Amino acid sequence: MKPAEQVTVLKINGDEVSAHADQTILDVARENGIEIPTLCYLENLTEVGGCRLCLVEIKGAAKLQPACVTRVREGMEVATHSSRLDTYRRKILELIFTERNHICSVCVANGNCDLQDMAAALGMDHVTYPYLNPSVPVDLSHELFGIDQNRCILCTRCVRVCAEIEGAHTWDVRNSGINSRVFTDFNEPWGESQTCTNCGKCVNVCPTGALFKKGKAVGERTRQIDFLPYLKTMREELK
Amino acid sequence: MMNGESRNGPAKPRLATVWLDGCSGCHMSFLDLDDKLVDICLRADLVYSPLVDTKTFPDFVDVTLVEGAVSSQEDLEKIKHIRDHTKFLVALGDCAVTANVPSMRNPFGANAILRRAYIENVTLNPRVPDRVVPPLLNRSSPVHTVVKVDVFVPGCPPSAETIGYVVNELLDGRMPDLSGRTRFGA
Ligand code: SF4
Ligand code: SF4
Ligand code: FES
Repeated sequence: MKPAEQVTVLKINGDEVSAHADQTILDVARENGIEIPTLCYLENLTEVGGCRLCLVEIKGAAKLQPACVTRVREGMEVATHSSRLDTYRRKILELIFTERNHICSVCVANGNCDLQDMAAALGMDHVTYPYLNPSVPVDLSHELFGIDQNRCILCTRCVRVCAEIEGAHTWDVRNSGINSRVFTDFNEPWGESQTCTNCGKCVNVCPTGALFKKGKAVGERTRQIDFLPYLKTMREELK
Repeated sequence: MMNGESRNGPAKPRLATVWLDGCSGCHMSFLDLDDKLVDICLRADLVYSPLVDTKTFPDFVDVTLVEGAVSSQEDLEKIKHIRDHTKFLVALGDCAVTANVPSMRNPFGANAILRRAYIENVTLNPRVPDRVVPPLLNRSSPVHTVVKVDVFVPGCPPSAETIGYVVNELLDGRMPDLSGRTRFGA
């Protein structure tokens, strides 16, 4: 039996809202129809607070806090939008664009990409930091899928869906900082992976053009992530 | 009035378009304005463009649309000159805004690209050109990294409608608000 849920009252953008004590700011905001931009967050996967796009202002806290991993507290006062937050969010996007090579016009995800949509939504119409233009690999060794590291934003959705939902844990992240890369097994080619089940979940949760089904030309890619709530419910029923 | 008076009444604002390292797709999209081009020509003088004969960039231009990235020594000199003689410089399309497809060579550097194009893939007289063809810069760069840009219009190419909106707003003396109108890769 679950313990009795505590109800908390907080303010988001000046309006009082109620929440369960174990909810995150993001959860509560979305329940109340307040949109906070996110990239690494995906409902039904563990939150990692990686991309920092969901940063919000909390009254009395000097630092901005990521809404997807910050739990609500009684009396908390949260601001989800301000010119300061807009500036930081645009800067975060700009840095993501400079870290790899995003050539939207020739990308498999063009027109169907969360990063591209986010740039348009937040009015990020050019990048003020220098592009790094790293030389990064494309792995096409898998029979069905490919990975183009030029487009990876290190959101780790692939890592999490593979470990938490499929249970294979084929993907992980190696190195650190701007040298971080997702990789399969012991950094062998994806096609030689002994753990990959060919399920394609990683491809479907990837927000960008980094993971793709082979044979899909520009603009043809669609994502099917509706399996997540379904599997999650099934699993909970088994408990 | 954007640019002085002439003897025959107020002079029309002066419009220019230039084509650096791009595929001409942005100019094609501009031409897709079809009959609306006539309206623009009635409101403004097209004083310099790949679409007109003039070979030298005029001294005073109100609005210049720039297609393409800055990839060669020639592009660099051109854009600096154009900036000095333009009131509103518009980075038109992804190549001007992000360096887009031309920047795909940046991870390798100019020498590797020249070697590939003029030596490795050539059977007859392989040789990297040292005259006529403008020397390549080591990197292909967005326009705003070398001169100040006033308006950014992402898109590959931006739609005719978007370009028409930008030009007309600027001719009306307003800064265009592009939110919701275009995006990278559009
Ligand atoms: S992943 Fe998205 S933002 Fe990056 S190049 Fe592809 S479409 Fe553009
Ligand atoms: S491959 Fe896709 S899902 Fe995985 S970390 Fe990169 S962007 Fe995210
Ligand atoms: S969505 Fe919260 S940090 Fe990425």
